[in-house]
Amino acid sequence: MKIGVLALQGAFGLHERVFNRIGVTAFQVRTAQELAEADRLVIPGGESTAISKLLDANGLTAPLADRLAGGLPVLGTCAGLILLAAEVVDGYPGQHCFGAVNVAVRRNGYGRQSESFRAKIDVGGWEPAFPGVFIRAPVVESAGPEVEVLAELAGRPVLCRQGAAVVSCFHPELAEDDRVHRWFAELQ
Amino acid sequence: MATESMTGRETGTPLVKRGLAEMLKGGVIMDVVTPEQAKVAEDAGAVAVMALERVPADIRRDGGVARMSDPEMITGIKEAVTIPVMAKARIGHFVEAQILEALDVDYIDESEVLTPADEAHHIDKWAFTVPFVCGATSLGEALRRISEGACMIRSKGEAGTGNIVEAVRHLRSIIGDIRKVARADSAELYDWAKQLQAPLPLVREVVDTGWLPVPLFCAGGVATPADAGLVMQLGAEAVFVGSGIFKSADPGPRAKAIVEAATNYRDPHILAKVSRGLGEPMAGLEIGGLDTRLADRGW
Repeated sequence: MKIGVLALQGAFGLHERVFNRIGVTAFQVRTAQELAEADRLVIPGGESTAISKLLDANGLTAPLADRLAGGLPVLGTCAGLILLAAEVVDGYPGQHCFGAVNVAVRRNGYGRQSESFRAKIDVGGWEPAFPGVFIRAPVVESAGPEVEVLAELAGRPVLCRQGAAVVSCFHPELAEDDRVHRWFAELQ
Repeated sequence: MATESMTGRETGTPLVKRGLAEMLKGGVIMDVVTPEQAKVAEDAGAVAVMALERVPADIRRDGGVARMSDPEMITGIKEAVTIPVMAKARIGHFVEAQILEALDVDYIDESEVLTPADEAHHIDKWAFTVPFVCGATSLGEALRRISEGACMIRSKGEAGTGNIVEAVRHLRSIIGDIRKVARADSAELYDWAKQLQAPLPLVREVVDTGWLPVPLFCAGGVATPADAGLVMQLGAEAVFVGSGIFKSADPGPRAKAIVEAATNYRDPHILAKVSRGLGEPMAGLEIGGLDTRLADRGW
């Protein structure tokens, strides 16, 4: 199995490094051809406005929508969550959201950089708690009934799954903890 | 400054401060002097903007003392865009930095482009919750800034010249020395620390990881998509563009082209495509003809 990491902008290198560390083959995706070779995909953190524009520039918008509609297993962290959401509240005009997970998100809902933080995230059954790093993170304002909320922080979902799509407000690639990556790589 | 809230949220830790730099990788950070320019930058796909009153080319032309920008213009730019906003403080001017932190900017650039306020000391950046980026021309300078708490290093280049030659010199110096240090044995490390005038634990970290402890971006002289491709292929992890965009004939398309170049920096066909028909780039300056070398500021 080969995991593609969307490498248009953001923390793609860190995701690649985590997968390599746990013995999973990962490679960078910048073109439609590379996307076609991915068995699973990660959409990393970064600036969602920039990634959205670069999807268009690199001819990836329609191929990505097709792969997601075909059930491609996908992990979206932070900006990746915004791109996979169904709705971006007060979003940037023309910003893509592919609707793989039926959540409404607000960009930078946890505040600017001064409010970026690390906190322990209680993921059901995981011991110890997962170290969640939130960087100008989006808030999940609402989640549809088909969305499985796997972890919450202060009553808000921070890790969710709908079918083959997994999204987090935090950055597992910044933590010295590879459990989210292992779990995604083995997701059935 | 790292703090933990009642609800167990740790803010201002090195991880959280360096984390934002990680999110900016592969992107372009653009100097802007008005909210309108900030919108142009955001529309072009910039990952952040640097809010300042004059771009380096104008600071160079006007002379005099260059200081932190008016808080009103920084606030205006913050309100105009949703991407991170950075602002510059003078080297060693920790009160300008305190003011910028109070304005809630996302990153502070302790910058040689402004006139230094202290000729011996940089700001103690550990004392702040907001992260700092600092310029460097060499590995030793980069590690000294990191020891003071910088969470991102940018090679300095020579700002406001539209001439990439100094950026290339500084990147090659930093990355070349990283490669050399990474081959050092345990006894040689002490001598490297002495030569670099840098703390031993940071030199050891470079040996262990083969890279700086924080992201390395490039600044100073980027004017074209090809320049962005060049510095990215040399090893820069993201690009700052100062005067190069808004001192060119047609800023919007050039900004977008540089953004696409930073992503597709290894693909000459895409670089050729995005380089077409951008109009006149900024007029450049020969380094030999400069009265002031900004890169010499910083200690």
